[in-house]
Amino acid sequence: MNWFTKLLPSRIRTEGGNRKSVPEGLWSKCQACGAVLYRAEMDRNLDVCPKCDHHMRIGARQRLEQFLDAEGREEIAANLKPVDALKFRDIKKYKDRLTQAQRATSEHDALVVMQGTLKSMPLVAAAFEFKFMGGSMGSVVGERFVRAVNTCIEHNMPLVCFSASGGARMQEALFSLMQMAKTSAALARLNKKGIPFISVMTDPTMGGVSASLAMLGDINAAEPNALIGFAGPRVIEQTVRETLPEGFQRSEFLLEHGAIDMIIDRREMRDRLANVLAMLTRQPSL
Amino acid sequence: MNLNFLDFEQPIAELEAKIEELRYVGSDNEINIGEEIQRLQNKSRDLTESIFSNLKAAQIAQLARHPQRPYFLDYIEQLFTDFEELHGDRAFADDNAIVGGVARLDGRPLMVIGQQKGRDTKEKVRRNFGMPRPEGYRKALRLMHMAERFKLPVLTFIDTPGAYPGVGAEERGQSEAIARNLFEMSALKTPIITTVIGEGGSGGALAIGVGDRLMMLQYSTYSVISPEGCASILWKSSDKAAEAAEAMGLTAHRLKELGLIDHIISEPLGGAHRDPEMMAANLRQALLESLEIVDATPLDKLLEQRYTKLIRYGNYAE
Repeated sequence: MNWFTKLLPSRIRTEGGNRKSVPEGLWSKCQACGAVLYRAEMDRNLDVCPKCDHHMRIGARQRLEQFLDAEGREEIAANLKPVDALKFRDIKKYKDRLTQAQRATSEHDALVVMQGTLKSMPLVAAAFEFKFMGGSMGSVVGERFVRAVNTCIEHNMPLVCFSASGGARMQEALFSLMQMAKTSAALARLNKKGIPFISVMTDPTMGGVSASLAMLGDINAAEPNALIGFAGPRVIEQTVRETLPEGFQRSEFLLEHGAIDMIIDRREMRDRLANVLAMLTRQPSL
Repeated sequence: MNLNFLDFEQPIAELEAKIEELRYVGSDNEINIGEEIQRLQNKSRDLTESIFSNLKAAQIAQLARHPQRPYFLDYIEQLFTDFEELHGDRAFADDNAIVGGVARLDGRPLMVIGQQKGRDTKEKVRRNFGMPRPEGYRKALRLMHMAERFKLPVLTFIDTPGAYPGVGAEERGQSEAIARNLFEMSALKTPIITTVIGEGGSGGALAIGVGDRLMMLQYSTYSVISPEGCASILWKSSDKAAEAAEAMGLTAHRLKELGLIDHIISEPLGGAHRDPEMMAANLRQALLESLEIVDATPLDKLLEQRYTKLIRYGNYAE
């Protein structure tokens, strides 16, 4: 209590507790520019800050909902569930980590796949759920991705994947490393069939996911300012013992070094991907 | 402490030191102590056998990184003839952490590719401690495509802590280089036989390790992340590396149980570095057997089998 409040008669004093009258989640703050943002406006803007264009991380389901046409979506391989074949245990059991992640995200694992349409073009879209153990790739992620590819081959339709992942899932040890080989092998088949695969890397796409399916697009795209790379910046800093340049491993850095074809603003994602896909599949202009 | 021996081998080191001492005494003494030396040698062998019959994952990881362990170039010298090293990725540089070229095994021409760590300090630096950069993986891919064109089987040898985590490596697309190799190797139209000879470190190892046969030397390791890395992320302390090694099950024995590898190649008692000639002979035998297996399968069937094997990796409930 400061000297001024002490002077006031007690009936004028307001308790701190009263201040919490704004319902939670109505307002949020942009992590990049600090602007206070109205939730409904953020929804309209696909979770891109209207002040500074910062692309916030979004969940897999939200991603697919804003990307695919509203009608005719069907989830693929939703019934696949992770198992703890190794009985892996660090300071927590893998089984418990899974349960915790499943509760927090309402997902069985870190990849959601849907068959649907983009501006009436049939396709399959997959999205990583970063909140599920850092979007890490274990057996279920690998298998769902392969089923996405198989659906594309079966129906001759393109594949789009939005990645957001820290890499391979350590708790599945070598099985998760092998998912890199597995998903890449499936993409090689898709490629041979002449079906386009567009990889959209979002913040962050690192390690085993970036070093397999994410870098294998016919077109590699990224959202602005996403962290994309093989080794994490901290590991690199410890190895080379120098501070990393500004913007290192960000989308713009990758574009400059020739690793990706384009950077796409989330609000233009549908238009630009539909445009490119229509040409790659030799369809008339939309 | 004798540096030729690892910490868990110190009891053996002490016995060996005693034997040496006796030998020294024996050479300038009239008394016949041959019998005593023989007794101690038997004891030393028994002790080695008992220690090595019950190794922990972390101890095997130490053996896989043993400074005296035979490296890829040692096997090239011992197993192959007519080796011609082929350099460079034709785009940027020659990466000395990956060595590749044509060579003959029992007269048969092959493409051989492997990671090389380097023995002394100068050589270690030149080889970047066996940590390849993108140009290394791109050189490997170039040689594999050459092998495909000239119908030569590809033998790859894994021995790396991992792909190099550096600024330049990221700038030149380390991720893409690894991903491209996985993609291309999964359908390369020539047999690929991979052997983990030392350390199989994550994506940097896998990038030359997709193929028809996957073998491991008895005391080599293969894992998604180093035990130290795993411990520092999951246990928040790199001191827990031993526990992480155990949990990940990175040994040949465990990976064979899990159906992830095809064959384990036995090492001499005490590890490959105790008897490199015997190790080379065992490796030769295993490579010839693997070649026989892939030779017996028509190429289209081999590629189908390779694909099926890759697609089946994983555990999940449906």
